[in-house]
Amino acid sequence: MKTFYWLLKREFWEHRGGFLWAPVVTGGIFLVLNVMAIITAEVLSARHGVRFGGGVDIQEMMRNADAGAWQQVGAAADVAMISSMGLIGIVMGIVVLFYCLGSLYDDRRDRSVLFWKSLPVSNTNTVLSKVASAAIVAPVIAVVVSIVCGLLQLILFVIALSFHGVNVWQLLTYSHPLRAVASLLSNVPLYALWALPAIGWLMLCSSGARSKPFLWAVATPVVLGLLVSWFDIMGLFNMTGSWFWANVVQRVLLSVFPGTSLLFDKHNPLNMGDLNENDPLAMLSPMHTYGLLASPNLWIGVIAGLALIAGAIWFRRVRDDS
Amino acid sequence: MNAVVTATGLSKTYKNSIALNDVSFRIESGRIVGLIGPNGAGKTTALKAILGLTDFKGELNVLGFDPRTQRDQLMEQVCFIADVAVLPRWIRVREAIDFVANVHPRFNRAKCEAFLARTKLTPNQRVKQMSKGMIVQLHLALVMAIDARLLVLDEPTLGLDILYRKQFYQSLLEDYFDENKTIIVTTHQVEEIENILTDLMFIRDGRIVLDTDMDTVGERFVEVMVSAEKAATARSMRPLDERQVFGKSIFLFDGADRATLESMGEVRRPTVSDLFVATMKGTYA
Repeated sequence: MKTFYWLLKREFWEHRGGFLWAPVVTGGIFLVLNVMAIITAEVLSARHGVRFGGGVDIQEMMRNADAGAWQQVGAAADVAMISSMGLIGIVMGIVVLFYCLGSLYDDRRDRSVLFWKSLPVSNTNTVLSKVASAAIVAPVIAVVVSIVCGLLQLILFVIALSFHGVNVWQLLTYSHPLRAVASLLSNVPLYALWALPAIGWLMLCSSGARSKPFLWAVATPVVLGLLVSWFDIMGLFNMTGSWFWANVVQRVLLSVFPGTSLLFDKHNPLNMGDLNENDPLAMLSPMHTYGLLASPNLWIGVIAGLALIAGAIWFRRVRDDS
Repeated sequence: MNAVVTATGLSKTYKNSIALNDVSFRIESGRIVGLIGPNGAGKTTALKAILGLTDFKGELNVLGFDPRTQRDQLMEQVCFIADVAVLPRWIRVREAIDFVANVHPRFNRAKCEAFLARTKLTPNQRVKQMSKGMIVQLHLALVMAIDARLLVLDEPTLGLDILYRKQFYQSLLEDYFDENKTIIVTTHQVEEIENILTDLMFIRDGRIVLDTDMDTVGERFVEVMVSAEKAATARSMRPLDERQVFGKSIFLFDGADRATLESMGEVRRPTVSDLFVATMKGTYA
């Protein structure tokens, strides 16, 4: 257990730039862009005398607002709270993709694998520590950074509105920052399960390839996909190309991007259409996202991912090219 | 004495070459064994087999473990320095010590820090900022702080200047080696280690061609400097090697009668390099 903790720590030391600084910098850029947008809006409205709400004073509007309108404002605050996750999630997906591809290849290339293998650490533990880094450590850091970024964003939103005489506390009672935090965190375990086939495939390529793991990782499923589509077009073997692309190619390459489960998985019993538009958090709430646990797509992916990771461990043991 | 490594019928074939060809040997505890051979002779393959880094045919027992299946337990008792280039470039001195201290049960942190205090390394320094000599100092500090029974060194001083090379072997002898430890070392700089070795193994084309201890080397092999008129007699005694220096011939004999040789000229003990060159004649031809 102690060894495993230090293995995780080692991964963090090596990939501090990707795991920590990439989300932090992305969040920072996101906040700066928002500050710029708010300033632009303020400057333009001041210069042209434009008033929010078509000439009606914003305070007047707020005073007359009914509960529904307040809910919309609260929803906007909630969106502000979770919107940074979108951008940070994409960056994190890229980081995890390239982390997995390099995780069992880079140390073979620079021969430092000989140092790691000179320590009493089993290959299984080494590989599993890298899986855990990709599936749990990186997403947890990304979510925490998103939460901090979201809270700052919320403060920004509130400060901007307070200049227009809007009651900040009333606004905050209609937003749900705690629920937003809980929803974001609740998606980490689901992400780990969903991303497993991609993490497994990328690490298998990283562990097995003698050179150019990226090429192996991308070319193999894409070439297979093209073949399947080709047979499909000719009506041979009764294979459907689109099924293969959606359930194999995309799953082994793109599942590392958070949120892709919402896009790819058609088995999800809760569709996005029936969500309340005044409740943007519902999309991320466990009530909605954990419907994925009923999907065979998820579990077949988990099993495939475990098999691929077992293959990566085997390659880690036998690959001898140093 | 108990054996640290016992190999029986060790064979390893790569795609188109034989790296080890039915090799058998035994290494006792408390020895410093030089495994010496030309490039591509199978030295590194033999070491990799001992360390469980490669698959092979035959029987191999290292400290009672089979390196193929019991690597994890074995590596608690075995340390190894491949060459100076294998420490990860991103790691800091402090991180390397922390990591090894926490994953290696036999690591003594105080010993490691005491050794590093004698160098110019600082805790926050990264490997990529170090010279080759400094990297090997760090690696040696890590390894010497581990109470292992077998230390394997594969070209540990490759590319280092003479100051670092001398310091490396001196530290090993003074601060590390004792009768409970065993060191296996391969190197091309034979002359630098020949006076620290207790045993000598020559390997050529995947076979052990000489496996002996250093005392026996002095008894078996004799070099004699013979003037031109006695050269023909010396040649008839089937020397291993002959070379010319200042108009005289130097012959190298294996197991010849010492008294006869002494009557022919000046007798001395051959250096390991001379013995090596004589044994490996024609390797690259």
